[in-house]
Amino acid sequence: MSIKTQGPVKIDLAASPARRGHEDPLLVRWGLTLAAFGIVGVFIIIPLVHVFTEAFVGGVERYYNALFNDRDTFAAIKLTLIVAPGAVIANTVFGIAAAWTIARFRFPGRTLLVTLIDLPFSVSPVAAGLMFVLIFGAKGYLSWLPDNDFDVINNWPGLILATAFVTFPFVARELIPVMEAIGSDEELAALSLGASARQMFARITLPNIKWGLLYGVILCNARAMGEFGAVYVVSGRYRGKTLTIPLRVETLFQENQIPESFALASLLTFLALITLVVKAGLERKVQAVTASTPPPEGKEKA
Amino acid sequence: MATVNRRILPGFLPGMSYTLTYLTILVLVPLGACFFKAMTLSWDQFWGAVWTPRAQAAYALTFGASLAAAVLSTVFGLVVAWVLVRYQFPGKRLFDSLIDLPFALPTAVAGLVYRSLYVKNGWLGQFLVPLGIELALTRSGIVWVLTFLGIPFIVRTVQPVLEALESDQEEAAASLGANRFQTVCRVILPNLYPAIVTGFALAFARCLGEYGSVVFIAGNKQFDTEIAPILIVNRLEETEYGEAAAIAIVLLVMSFAMLIVINWLERWSRRNEH
Amino acid sequence: MSITIKSVTKRFGKFTALDNVSLEVPSGSLVALLGSSGSGKTTLLRIIAGLEVPDVGSVLIQDEDITHASAQQRNVGFVFQHYALFRHMTVYENVAFGLRVRGRPDGQVCERVTELLKLIRLEGLDQRYPGQLSGGQRQRVALARALAAQPRLLLLDEPFGALDAKVRQELRTWLRRLHDEIHVTSLFVTHDQEEAFAVADKVVVMQGGKIEQMGAPHEVFDHPASPFVMDFLGNVNVFQGRVQSGRLLLGNIDLAAHDAHPQEEERPATFYVRPHELDIKRSANGTPSLKANVLHLNPAGPVTRVQLLAVDFGLTVHVELSHERRAELGLSPGDTVYVAPRKLRVFLPEPEYTI
Repeated sequence: MSIKTQGPVKIDLAASPARRGHEDPLLVRWGLTLAAFGIVGVFIIIPLVHVFTEAFVGGVERYYNALFNDRDTFAAIKLTLIVAPGAVIANTVFGIAAAWTIARFRFPGRTLLVTLIDLPFSVSPVAAGLMFVLIFGAKGYLSWLPDNDFDVINNWPGLILATAFVTFPFVARELIPVMEAIGSDEELAALSLGASARQMFARITLPNIKWGLLYGVILCNARAMGEFGAVYVVSGRYRGKTLTIPLRVETLFQENQIPESFALASLLTFLALITLVVKAGLERKVQAVTASTPPPEGKEKA
Repeated sequence: MATVNRRILPGFLPGMSYTLTYLTILVLVPLGACFFKAMTLSWDQFWGAVWTPRAQAAYALTFGASLAAAVLSTVFGLVVAWVLVRYQFPGKRLFDSLIDLPFALPTAVAGLVYRSLYVKNGWLGQFLVPLGIELALTRSGIVWVLTFLGIPFIVRTVQPVLEALESDQEEAAASLGANRFQTVCRVILPNLYPAIVTGFALAFARCLGEYGSVVFIAGNKQFDTEIAPILIVNRLEETEYGEAAAIAIVLLVMSFAMLIVINWLERWSRRNEH
Repeated sequence: MSITIKSVTKRFGKFTALDNVSLEVPSGSLVALLGSSGSGKTTLLRIIAGLEVPDVGSVLIQDEDITHASAQQRNVGFVFQHYALFRHMTVYENVAFGLRVRGRPDGQVCERVTELLKLIRLEGLDQRYPGQLSGGQRQRVALARALAAQPRLLLLDEPFGALDAKVRQELRTWLRRLHDEIHVTSLFVTHDQEEAFAVADKVVVMQGGKIEQMGAPHEVFDHPASPFVMDFLGNVNVFQGRVQSGRLLLGNIDLAAHDAHPQEEERPATFYVRPHELDIKRSANGTPSLKANVLHLNPAGPVTRVQLLAVDFGLTVHVELSHERRAELGLSPGDTVYVAPRKLRVFLPEPEYTI
């Protein structure tokens, strides 16, 4: 019996992603790629381009004036720079405490705690804002506060509270898996080498989680700066006093100052793009840190 | 990971107390206040507030539009995830990063831009409106902008699973005589179901509560394009705290019910694992 | 510094990791805790280091009770199984850590770290990060880091577990030499009996949270205290026989064993014979032996491993012969031969008997 090979023998190399892709017929491949580009084009790229074109439709000067020579817009930028960092810092401190507690210890009710931390994600932002009005509003449970000239609602503290509620889970959610992946061995090693709790935290824990922490902070910040529903409800929309950037975008739009509205929107879009760039960079760093952790069991190749 | 003793690693007590205190003050007390306020209404008042024809229309729209958007983003997201994982093309990393834009872009900006794109003389509206496709100030528009929000949820949950999928399963199927279509339907898709369900659920949940983008693109007309959160804002503007809280409770219960269903679905779709 | 463990018990939920364990480690010795996974050896090590808290019992270093001291206060060097090197610090900073947290001045830190880097032969690599080192190098850095602040004890958790065979060999010898130089009381955990015997002054065999036996390597190997130890320390042939009136009965083998079960009444017993304690003969020749068929010969390695089937028992027997002996016998598969034990162990509830 003789074996004839017809044409070149196909060698099945270890399948790489590129090779696996070739398994789809060419037509399907092109069709799907085109569809994906279409989807991203229509949903993401065209809107992105549109923001910037509309923002500059009245010329560079009008754009500049809209952003920097409008007192109310300037106030909105300033307010956002207070509200977003306020909420982010509060949630970061919480996130570190919660992640430490949840990733490092086992205790009854741990799963419940994780669920509770995620709770704000399933609350409509408008409902979130409402809750704070119910407590601090003129007819709220703590109405003696506004009666004594301490306004929470229609003022920056309310904005920070509402924003913090909506962005509550971000840092903790990012940190818990990172801390779990890194494990506690290095911390135990530090303690065993004589480090105090503070030294352990500052010299080992914090440097190890820094990229994951930054990642959570960036996501939290993006959401905090752009929050609309919750702050819409608590702000009372006092121009020049309680309007954050997104709220100011809306008022400008309602007042038919479309190019100005887009100019301010372009600022937010620019921040979103920066967030994406930083996020992509951080993702790689976080992966590198967690991947360099040896497996908890089994052998590692030397 | 081995259980670490609380007496060995420091910081359990302070960490736990801070976590619980912050959680209570920022989340649990406000949620409680909302329930408490709704309970000050009598049953008839409560029912009267949450079950008007106008409210019913708003719930139906919120639920329906979110569902439609979640379905659409699942389809779109799957295509994008497939192409991202399986094919090589120039600019892939940029493409990959852009998928997350809906996570980072303030929703108010999304609403503003989408409205402006799809109005009669907008960039896309000028072509679509003559064809009878009106996305600005309509229900379809709400679905469309919610789809934008939902896409990254699908892509980001499906992508890692697709990447981790062992190629030998596919090769085995092919060597057993399955054609490509059969392989995709019977081997790849079943492996993706849990991720798809999770992504769908996340997208759906996100859409249910969305406010910022919708108020821009929807005309907010009663019985037509008015979503449920707008009702809360209206009640609140009339300082009807109780009624506003009642509607918020309905939305909350809807979200929680969704969470439970989703949890169950996820477990069901993962039943074949392990 | 000596270590004293007094009746330590540790449970994780329903699992008992350590069950009333007591142990004395003399000052300056190098002791191996040997056992399979789940035997409690790592838990014991971590309790000494202060990384676990015992439920019951106490731990003393020299005469100081440290049961309730924190890991930070103990000044015990601990080398983790996966090293737990600080990934964001250089080799230098890793080794210096214990000195830095004690607030030692830079000059002193530098002097000590340089000395240690020389000891572990990594002088040129002090500015590398752990990720840039090989497994063996990481292991040595972990060791230097543990030694930096002159610990009272050195504890090592599976120190060579994550390394490949060749590096493991080298580091083993190196650790032994290092210990002879610095003489700090050291305790290491391993599941590899060969490693324990090669390195340690004293071996502690553990199983199911209890200490089965402790002693010098040759004592433990030659006089295993229990069937478990016998079985754990290498291959062994197991025969089901009987004892009666001070005699061991196995097939046609009938051996006198002084002290063993002097009673009239016959009872079953289990015999243990190591493969190298069996000899193969061409004829029975009157010596007590088992008739067997040669199944398989494996001449690769320092000895020839012979697999036989004991005809009367239907039992597979493993024998190790020197190559010379094999050549002398001219064995080939299928041959019928006689297997005679040079040494046989019986374990009854009473102590071990050897003939």
